[in-house]
Amino acid sequence: MSVTDKKTRKKARAQLNLQVNLGGMQLKNPVTVASGTFGYGFEYEPFVDIAGLGAVIVKGTTLEPRMGNPSPRIIETPAGMLNAIGLENPGVDVFIGEYLPALRSRGVTVIANIAGNTMEEYARLAARLDGQPGIAGLELNISCPNVKQGGLQFGTDPVMVKEMVAAVKSQTSLPVMPKLSPNVTDITAIARAAYEGGADCLALINTLMGMAIDVDKRRPVLANTFGGLSGPAIKPVALRMVYQVAQEVPLPIMGLGGIMNTRDALEFLMAGATAISIGTANFVDPMITTQIIAGLQEYMEECHIADINDIIGAALPQ
Amino acid sequence: MSSVEKALVIRHREVVPDYYELEFIAPEIALEVLPGQFVNIRISDSLDPLLRRPFSVYDVDKKLGSITVFYKVVGKGTKLLSQMPIQKPLDVMGPLGRSFSIPTEADQVFLVGGGVGIAPLVYLSRVLSSEGIKTKVLMGASTAGFLAGKSMFEKFGVPFLVSTDDGSEGLKGRVTQLLAEQLLIDKCDYIFACGPESMLETVTELAMEQNIKGEISLEGHMACGVGACLGCAHLVKTGEGQRYAKICSEGPVFKIGEVLFHSQDER
Repeated sequence: MSVTDKKTRKKARAQLNLQVNLGGMQLKNPVTVASGTFGYGFEYEPFVDIAGLGAVIVKGTTLEPRMGNPSPRIIETPAGMLNAIGLENPGVDVFIGEYLPALRSRGVTVIANIAGNTMEEYARLAARLDGQPGIAGLELNISCPNVKQGGLQFGTDPVMVKEMVAAVKSQTSLPVMPKLSPNVTDITAIARAAYEGGADCLALINTLMGMAIDVDKRRPVLANTFGGLSGPAIKPVALRMVYQVAQEVPLPIMGLGGIMNTRDALEFLMAGATAISIGTANFVDPMITTQIIAGLQEYMEECHIADINDIIGAALPQ
Repeated sequence: MSSVEKALVIRHREVVPDYYELEFIAPEIALEVLPGQFVNIRISDSLDPLLRRPFSVYDVDKKLGSITVFYKVVGKGTKLLSQMPIQKPLDVMGPLGRSFSIPTEADQVFLVGGGVGIAPLVYLSRVLSSEGIKTKVLMGASTAGFLAGKSMFEKFGVPFLVSTDDGSEGLKGRVTQLLAEQLLIDKCDYIFACGPESMLETVTELAMEQNIKGEISLEGHMACGVGACLGCAHLVKTGEGQRYAKICSEGPVFKIGEVLFHSQDER
């Protein structure tokens, strides 16, 4: 490429719009990182400009510190992995006191992910985080398959989902994004319930519940027996759910599940996702988010698309 | 700081059956890596195996900018890696994890390695020797043919003793028996150990009985390698009780006495 070409390209890139609005959250680009796969962001600083990401969705936070599950917590499976971390985290006070100020000083767009055992705990967390500077929105973890109480049970019952979202909404002025579980018969029923509860946007999907057995030991591999399946193995399921919900519910969607490259990201955007999250792929390639942001820009240049919003939902039935 | 490098494989050979030495050019990582740290290698571009595999650094050539890892074929990932030809680029991330410390006040230290656990002790022995710390290596394997790493210690002139489960070379028995014997007859101010957990547990007991400080290196299934996913948790003691520590970023090296082992964990 000649110097002139490079200059032209740089100029063209500057004119591309990658900004998206996810239910009131202004993201500088649609590429975010999934809760639990990126720590608090600092862990990846040697590899990624974390302030350049659309958002960092930080590790799930509970009211009190959680120790997490015994080991083994993870195991690789074909084109994927199972995890049962058990929401290990230092609790909301440490998050607010230590991590949030450091993220804020770096200019990172932060989405906090909250989880609890009871509806009241979610509401209290929302109240505690409301008004804390530096949080763009709240992701509700109502779909964690790896904790004994709460988590998944909240996310599979439409009545509970609606109540939960409403309870959280009443305690915060921040945009609220429930993260939906794929471990349900009809994802659109859950999505509609979240909408009726007042959700501003939806994240889908969380992991698919699965397991692995150690044949030599004749026992489940994971100490927790079951774990959440993530990675490219679940991408077709995730994509289908985004595509379905995008047609049924008038809320912006954060699409995630097995996105490994720019084309995968484009598939989710075309299926109706306004933004996407990278999860397991961070483990495979710590620089993948930066590459996908650049990849989206290249795609836009090649296809003469000035605004990323123009391709959102492009594959949905007209 | 950690980085990802496209590392050219310059040497790859089966040392003893199923045990391989792999050397590749990764100047940035080679410049920074300390004994006990590891690299995370992406085995293939395909989606299966998906995750990187962690390998402790066996030796470093800072002038050449190369790193050598030593591994045993144990599953799909290492099997595939063992077929990697030379002159191919390998996707390597590192250096990762906490390194061994250098006990400058020690007169003599013991390095205890079980099986493939000898890997991080080779580079460590070289650094200790260069610091003028007297070093004695105790290495164990199931049988004489699997006593890998011997040639490296010979090359560096580091004295070593061996044990084999079948008695085909050295002491017949476990390397921890060898350690117990040596602690009776020789001076030891500090212990470094790497190997199976049962071995590390016994090393910990022996060291604590005699009030000898030291460090052990753990291994575990990992995903991210940087402390983000919390997948490689291991129980450690805290002031008030216990917690899970991340092997990848808080370890893989831990102080002797810090780690809680599975048999202690059965409540």
